[in-house]
Amino acid sequence: MDKPSKIAGRVLIVPKHNIDTDMIFHNAHLAITDIKQMGRHTFTSLDGFKDFPEKARPGDILVSGGNFGCGSSRQQAVDCFASLGVRLVVAESFGAIYKRNAINSAFPILTFPGILGAGVSEGDEVEFDLRTGEAFNRTKNASLGKGQPFSGVQWEIYQAGNLFEYGRRAGEEG
Amino acid sequence: MGKTTIEKIFSLRSRDAVAPGSIIWLDLDVRSARDFGGANVVKNFRAHYGDAPVADPHRTVFTFDCQVPANTIPYANNQMTCRLFAEGQGMRVFDVDAGIGSHVTIDNRLAVPGDTVVGTDSHLNILGAAGIFGQGMGDVDIAFAFKTGRTWFEVPRSMRIELTGRLKAPATAKDAVLALLGMLGSDGALDRSVDFTGDGASALTLDERITVSSMVTEMAGIIGFFPVDGETAEFYGGRDLPAIAPDPDARYERTVTLDLGTVVPSVARPGSPSDVVPVREAAGRKVHSVFIGSCTNGRFSDLHVAAGILKGKRVAPGVMLKVVPSTRGVWQKLLESGDLQTLFEAGAIVSQAGCGGCASGQLGMTGKGEVQVSTSNRNFKGKQGDGDTYLASPATAAWAALTGVLTEPKE
Ligand code: SF4
Repeated sequence: MDKPSKIAGRVLIVPKHNIDTDMIFHNAHLAITDIKQMGRHTFTSLDGFKDFPEKARPGDILVSGGNFGCGSSRQQAVDCFASLGVRLVVAESFGAIYKRNAINSAFPILTFPGILGAGVSEGDEVEFDLRTGEAFNRTKNASLGKGQPFSGVQWEIYQAGNLFEYGRRAGEEG
Repeated sequence: MGKTTIEKIFSLRSRDAVAPGSIIWLDLDVRSARDFGGANVVKNFRAHYGDAPVADPHRTVFTFDCQVPANTIPYANNQMTCRLFAEGQGMRVFDVDAGIGSHVTIDNRLAVPGDTVVGTDSHLNILGAAGIFGQGMGDVDIAFAFKTGRTWFEVPRSMRIELTGRLKAPATAKDAVLALLGMLGSDGALDRSVDFTGDGASALTLDERITVSSMVTEMAGIIGFFPVDGETAEFYGGRDLPAIAPDPDARYERTVTLDLGTVVPSVARPGSPSDVVPVREAAGRKVHSVFIGSCTNGRFSDLHVAAGILKGKRVAPGVMLKVVPSTRGVWQKLLESGDLQTLFEAGAIVSQAGCGGCASGQLGMTGKGEVQVSTSNRNFKGKQGDGDTYLASPATAAWAALTGVLTEPKE
């Protein structure tokens, strides 16, 4: 059965641009390979947001600024959110490698130019539609406009569960 | 319609129609993983493919460069995971003595112009300097590439950076790319493939091209290509190389021009590679430590410039100078040219080839209040410790070491 196109949850906001992968998941913890251990290091070197792992609850949605996840290719910077149960990351734009890492591990991310100024406050309950890019603030009962819908590949990998499964379905096992 | 460089290379390596924005399957000539990321690649590979063979084991490689040799138990374990996997698969390992993976790939001619290379290093796009498509990816991506020898890719849009004129000493290629970062900002090439064109681009040496291409990552670009020309051919020993250069009528979304003749010695101030000012505006700032090396400025020509400045002199009292060659080959040239002796006598700590001084931990970190001048490519807060890091050219770094303050290099 297809995963639903809509994701709703409580929003946590990190209102900054150019958050690099060291700020998300510092290189001091790179030797960690167990996803369960990753969550508690999320943002722990980003001033003002070091308490993120305590604050985040399963089902939350993270909203952030432009060029989110620029920097290194570390997968941990995506996996740490999955580890905390964060269901979706919405940002004004993403670093290219970060975007691939998220797409390939079927972790939903949505590119949404202007989201920081679109009328969403920390703690609001917001619904995002991955297929259309639309966002609706349930707490304020207002539309937040439209981000970029999932691309075809992104949707298919998301449905398949990961790149490997998608590759199998696409006959790309090599 | 004419093709940009990335469209050319992708057309050679894909059966799909190549146009900006389209998603294609791309054949990969080389697949690599470093010690960081490598163990996760192996873990993903085993979980999804068990004991199945990797695609062409001769061109599926490990390159260890982050912690060489391993200085923590987890890193040692990760490297062993890779070595044992490689042994079982018959893969090549460029082990802890080899140097920075991207440079090892170029210097060992593992890839030639027109080839496609992926690996777990976000600066693998350095290969664009030699007309090779290189791309850093995460460990899920690379595990898939190890197995299938292919990957999906969204064809990026292209922009052109036209370089005119010639660099005027003491300005260097590093100053030129810092100038571009200052002009374009940290997302100035976001998701774009960059073609460096113009007579200024052609006049740069391969080492200088590497320096420039290496920092396209800091502009959030996918890759920066230099045309394959006589300079490239010479490096490849006169081998017949495919003509990898943009068509004259290639379509670019944007063109920016930089007259290399206007470039002055510059630094990126602590916190952001795009916060760039001329050295003279920051001159006099006290410096505690200097790092010369990295994939951006760890070539022999880079270290040779620094040695020339330091010859017969000593670094200022209290200044720590760290020098890290990018590869074992560079180490050897240091030794043979006498530069090693020069650097040693000047008071430098010369370390094992690799990412030391840039990647965390291998060659020390900065402490609170420490001001570091680094020839690397990133100075985000916290990346190299609690101190403040300025990015600069090897010449500016050597002058800082000599004088103990930020100083405009002299010719
Ligand atoms: S020198 Fe630094 S930026 Fe370059 S590959 Fe090594 S760790 Fe990455």
